[in-house]
Amino acid sequence: MNRRTLEETIFKLLMMISVCIVIGSLVIIFGLVIINGASSISIEMITQTPTPGNALGGGILNAIIGSLLLALPATGLACFIGIGIALYLQKEFTPVWFSNFIRFTLDVLWGVPSIVYGIFCLMIMIYLGMGSSLLVGIIALTLLEIPIITRYMDESIKLVPIGLKESSYSLGSTKFETAVRVVRKQAFPGILAGILLGLGRGIGDAASILFTAGFSNRIPGSLFDSTSALPTMIYNLYSLPSGQPKAYAAAFILLMIVLIISILSRILAKRFTKHVIR
Amino acid sequence: MRKKLGNMNKRKIRDLIGTNLMLIGTLFASVLFFLIFILLFYRSALVLENTSIIDILFSSTWNPDNGQFGLAPIIIGTILVTGIALLIAIPISLLSAIYIAEYAPTKIRRMIRPFIDVLAGVPSVVYGLCAFLFLVPLVKDVIAPLFGVRTTGLCIFTAAVTLAVMVFPIIISLCVESFCAIPIALKEASLSVGATKWETVKKVVFRASSPSILAAILLGFGRAFGETIAINMVVGGIPVMPSSVFQPGETLASLIASKYGELMAIPLQESALMLVALILFVVVLLFNILGVFILRRAKKRWNY
Repeated sequence: MNRRTLEETIFKLLMMISVCIVIGSLVIIFGLVIINGASSISIEMITQTPTPGNALGGGILNAIIGSLLLALPATGLACFIGIGIALYLQKEFTPVWFSNFIRFTLDVLWGVPSIVYGIFCLMIMIYLGMGSSLLVGIIALTLLEIPIITRYMDESIKLVPIGLKESSYSLGSTKFETAVRVVRKQAFPGILAGILLGLGRGIGDAASILFTAGFSNRIPGSLFDSTSALPTMIYNLYSLPSGQPKAYAAAFILLMIVLIISILSRILAKRFTKHVIR
Repeated sequence: MRKKLGNMNKRKIRDLIGTNLMLIGTLFASVLFFLIFILLFYRSALVLENTSIIDILFSSTWNPDNGQFGLAPIIIGTILVTGIALLIAIPISLLSAIYIAEYAPTKIRRMIRPFIDVLAGVPSVVYGLCAFLFLVPLVKDVIAPLFGVRTTGLCIFTAAVTLAVMVFPIIISLCVESFCAIPIALKEASLSVGATKWETVKKVVFRASSPSILAAILLGFGRAFGETIAINMVVGGIPVMPSSVFQPGETLASLIASKYGELMAIPLQESALMLVALILFVVVLLFNILGVFILRRAKKRWNY
């Protein structure tokens, strides 16, 4: 009996230590970014682009705008394609073997490292004779986000009660109308969570846009200009001592964006669950 | 009557168009899957013509100027980084998950879970920056001297610890979910025959959720294996055979990021990097297939 209680105590202690390590690493990450970020962030930092001829002078406005210009359209596109796929994976549209095959490919695509998407888009870019640009960056991020968003939507669409769909069919609506008007509304909280998760992944990913979006000191004027983004700016500047203030400021803003997305998804999920029919 | 019919036709046409658009989107997903594979294979054919795949995988010299593309040191580096990361991450994440799911009071559980979600959302480049600021000096000045080794801090061990922290939230959140899904009667049955809480966890909770634990570990492995930027920032980036974990090394994904920009002009090197990307893709594919098999067997065995 004594040995058993001893084992219990030891493992309980180990669990406490593990939780402390996990929470501790989170505290260290936030502490480092907030302390270093707060000391290097200023109004000039977030309202100016780098001074011409010197990438280390001025601010990081080009990267902030660049990140938004890359991630928001990419999420929009991925969401549009993703909702189509997710609705189509329902039983009414596809045989089960086919939808299971698509789910498998999506799972693999989810696991594919983002650098592979970067390389893939780079190949297509070179083949078409284009340079690194906002457009190619958006495409790379869209491909990265499609599997994430689709699988999330799919999981929540699977949970839509069959009775709800049947009552819609019995009123004479077509499959497409049911999918778009009834199923989409019922699964909306899950769909929204998927979109926000995709946005968070897209805005923070550096590997896929490293070669495809390129690097620039100016705010992109068209789809064919190359552009900086917050993650690539951190990656390019972190090892230069004179570039570190900018890297810290960029990390601070990036972390805040991710935090806001996370809080937003919690609030919105709570809000929209009210309208779901159980 | 006629108007009504027109309306009906319109709806039918809209149904047809909408359904086909959705079908195109769905086909796009599977075409993308094959397209990536075929394109990577096609572009890596150049280096495979010059050297056999066996030579590439097992030769230990990476010297693009001489046309030598031995991936062995990089593969070893990848295995070391991923393996150590998982060795650190699995016990810590499992113990934390048990604490959160079984031991923690509801109040604390509600407090911890958002933290884990936030940790999962932190971009990898931020992990890399923090590791560079905090972990690199720590390894250089404290941990390596403990083992009597001198290092710059940019080494395989640092990269592995960084990765472990990145994998924590993935394994924890999936495991907590599956622990909470176990029927309470199962646990109560064990507790009622006099088992302690830990014994219940060990013999009932772990067993009942072992497929999900395996799935969570596989997912964590996938994340660790493909991570590029954070590793690239702290691993040192030297493609030579590492003699200890405190030596700088290189991983497959990180190699692409560090070499692609500088030597894109040499076709053979570009082709070799495509081969590396192809290897990444194939390994991810194989592990996904493995995951499907494990889940299928588990479903048969556990009937759920």
